[in-house]
Amino acid sequence: MFETANAVQGVTAVDLYARYPDFNIDVDAEQAQLTEHDVVIFQHPLYWYSAPSIMKEWQDLVLEYGFAYGQHGHALDDKVFLNAVTTGAKSAAYSEEGMNHADLRSLLAPFEKTADLCRMRYLAPFVLFGAGRAVEEGRLDVHRNAYDDLLKALVAERLDLDKAARADVLTEDLYDFILKGEPV
Amino acid sequence: MELLSDAFVYLCAAVIAVPIANRLGLGSVLGYLIAGVVIGPVLGIVGSETTEVQHFAEFGVVMMLFLVGLELQPAVLWKMRKQLIGLGGLQVVGTTAVFAGIALAFGLAWQAALALGMILALSSTAIVLQTLNEKGWLKTQGGQSSFSVLLTQDIAVIPMLAILPLLAVGHVAGGGAAHSDGHGHGGHEGGGAHGGEALAALPGWAQALVIIAVIIAIIVAGRHLLRPVFRFIAEAHLREIFTATALLLVIGIALLMDFVGLSPALGTFLAGVVLSDSDYRHELESDIEPFKGLLLGLFFLTVGAGIDFNLLFGAPLTIFGLALGLMAVKFALLFALGTLFRLDGPDRWLFALGLAQAGEFAFVLFGFASSSGALEQGLLQTITLVVAISMLLTPALFILYEKVIAPRAAAKSDREPDVVDSKGRVVIVGMGRFGQIVGRLLLTSGYDVVILDHDPQTVENLSKVGIRTFYGDATRPDLLHGAGVGDADLFIAAIDDRDKQTLVVEHVAKTYPNVKILARARDRHHVYELENVGAHVAEREVFEGALALGKQALVELGSHPFRAQTKAKEFRNHDFAMLDDLRENYNDGGVDKSYIDAMRAHAETLFDIMKVDRGEERHERTERGWNPPPKSDATLGLTPEGEETRG
Repeated sequence: MFETANAVQGVTAVDLYARYPDFNIDVDAEQAQLTEHDVVIFQHPLYWYSAPSIMKEWQDLVLEYGFAYGQHGHALDDKVFLNAVTTGAKSAAYSEEGMNHADLRSLLAPFEKTADLCRMRYLAPFVLFGAGRAVEEGRLDVHRNAYDDLLKALVAERLDLDKAARADVLTEDLYDFILKGEPV
Repeated sequence: MELLSDAFVYLCAAVIAVPIANRLGLGSVLGYLIAGVVIGPVLGIVGSETTEVQHFAEFGVVMMLFLVGLELQPAVLWKMRKQLIGLGGLQVVGTTAVFAGIALAFGLAWQAALALGMILALSSTAIVLQTLNEKGWLKTQGGQSSFSVLLTQDIAVIPMLAILPLLAVGHVAGGGAAHSDGHGHGGHEGGGAHGGEALAALPGWAQALVIIAVIIAIIVAGRHLLRPVFRFIAEAHLREIFTATALLLVIGIALLMDFVGLSPALGTFLAGVVLSDSDYRHELESDIEPFKGLLLGLFFLTVGAGIDFNLLFGAPLTIFGLALGLMAVKFALLFALGTLFRLDGPDRWLFALGLAQAGEFAFVLFGFASSSGALEQGLLQTITLVVAISMLLTPALFILYEKVIAPRAAAKSDREPDVVDSKGRVVIVGMGRFGQIVGRLLLTSGYDVVILDHDPQTVENLSKVGIRTFYGDATRPDLLHGAGVGDADLFIAAIDDRDKQTLVVEHVAKTYPNVKILARARDRHHVYELENVGAHVAEREVFEGALALGKQALVELGSHPFRAQTKAKEFRNHDFAMLDDLRENYNDGGVDKSYIDAMRAHAETLFDIMKVDRGEERHERTERGWNPPPKSDATLGLTPEGEETRG
């Protein structure tokens, strides 16, 4: 999925573990990069209902008071935030009746609240459920293609953001979310 | 004085002709051959003595096989068995049969025909290996197949020497006397003349027994005796004595082989294989290499000088026709074999074109055949010339391959390029306190690492714990070359001596621009120095260790361990930033006033960073950790009643 993202024109794909193998995050560089972009995607597997630790460290350091939030922190206003996640469990587990007793979007509430506090637009998470068996079941390529479509739509500003913000999750079926119109 | 003037003439010819030939893309072998033609038949500076010089120069072939052996671990040789017996065996037997058949058709007696067939089946190890090495083709499939065939031919010389006397027609020369004249393709005058005779008195089974005993002795001594000897000599730290020892070893084995009537080339090859597992392999290689190069060059010179122009101009069409015919037949057979053994397009061409000549062993075998009466004199003179011409034409075939066939094949094939050693190869020089850590990390991660160290004790100790280390002084360009820096992806310089370290990095950066260089630096200034001579990465040797100890000290003094860690991290960040900032200043005039001023300014910033006492507003840009927002921001719901949550 990282390669898919990296190949889309207009997308900057960052491997945080490669950039900061010792967690020594360069706050100024990360903030400058955020300023230059309109959409922020956290692409990660779901670890303990959250992101891997370096992404938490990144939030702790980069989303600084006075930069991302607070009276004078307006650097991220109106930017779009999205979690692109893969989960181990199947989609049935993420429901009131399922194993987790909650749907995915509710479980990702800390990300949504963070985005809110930074005055960003939070979209429903784009998810690949049951990622461990995605290859055997031939779902990985489908998902990657959808991811490609999603990213291209975001770059071309043809994603229906209001609709995507209201949804519970975004999956491979993106047809309803991508605006028709003149090809760019 | 005659020796010196001869040496002067030969060296002069080589020094002028070889660089020019190389510049023109003809390769060194053709350069030597042309130089030989110029000083011999054309200018007439050297004459009849060339045959004598040639015998001496054939020792270069012996040395070459020793070096070939050093490169071939027994396991590799065993892996090649199919190629050696199948491909090589078929080539020797098949070519012998075809040439013998042709000779029979021309009306030669079957004995002479067989002798001729065997001799012409051989190719020129000297020219082919030298060229494959020079062009970097030895590792290709075509190169490997060529090498296998050449090796088989070298081995096949031994039975040929045994058979030739039996093929004598007319007068029967005594077996012993015949032996004394030929005694192997690498034969030289002197000692060898008594060789066969020394054993001729013994019955056959005893001869065989002696030979087997000698071979076993070489293997056992090579495994167990040579290491302590080399170590003893290496500890003297006298380079020339080590060189002398290496030469002594090669010459000694050649003599011993001669004495028992075996091919010296084969013997030294065997010795090379035995020593290929030794710690001293690279040092031996680089010591013998220049001697081999010069002697082989001399050998090619004498081949060029020995061309009999009278005979050639007497019947140029016949001679050239025969030479071309010879090569065409060999080419056709090799091409068929290449197809049979599934060599791909360009590899098959390289294999077939490269081995299409007759070899230098032919000259030796001709001498042998003539003394044993297997072939008659007039025929021999013509064939000698034909063989020389075919060798002379070989570089042209390689040029044909390089300029026409390889580019065409490269343009045509859409096949992925072969992944050569995808794991990555690393050469480490210096296996002291620093290099050992780097080396163990890479080795345990499964990388292919070649390690060099100049201290015999270190080499020995590391070998004891199972880390293969080679003895040698890394400031020697030839040794670095022998260790394979040219093929490596990574070169790690971890020498303790500051100046040597810089010297080695500079040399490697200049000579091997494609190799990435990682270097150990003494201090900050050394980092700049190393970067300036071409190191891609330079790491200060004590910095991280000292930082770790400093962090421990903070903990001992009562800091929270994570706080100490954060402080150390800040210090490290600042220090690396300073390293970057001061680089230009240092390169521009070294440690001058502006450098000292800049350093002082940095020291002050650092002091500020480290002493920050954190009060109400903790938002100094200098420390980046998680910082809570100020209580005064009314937008965040921090006021007691929380009347406003967010804005």
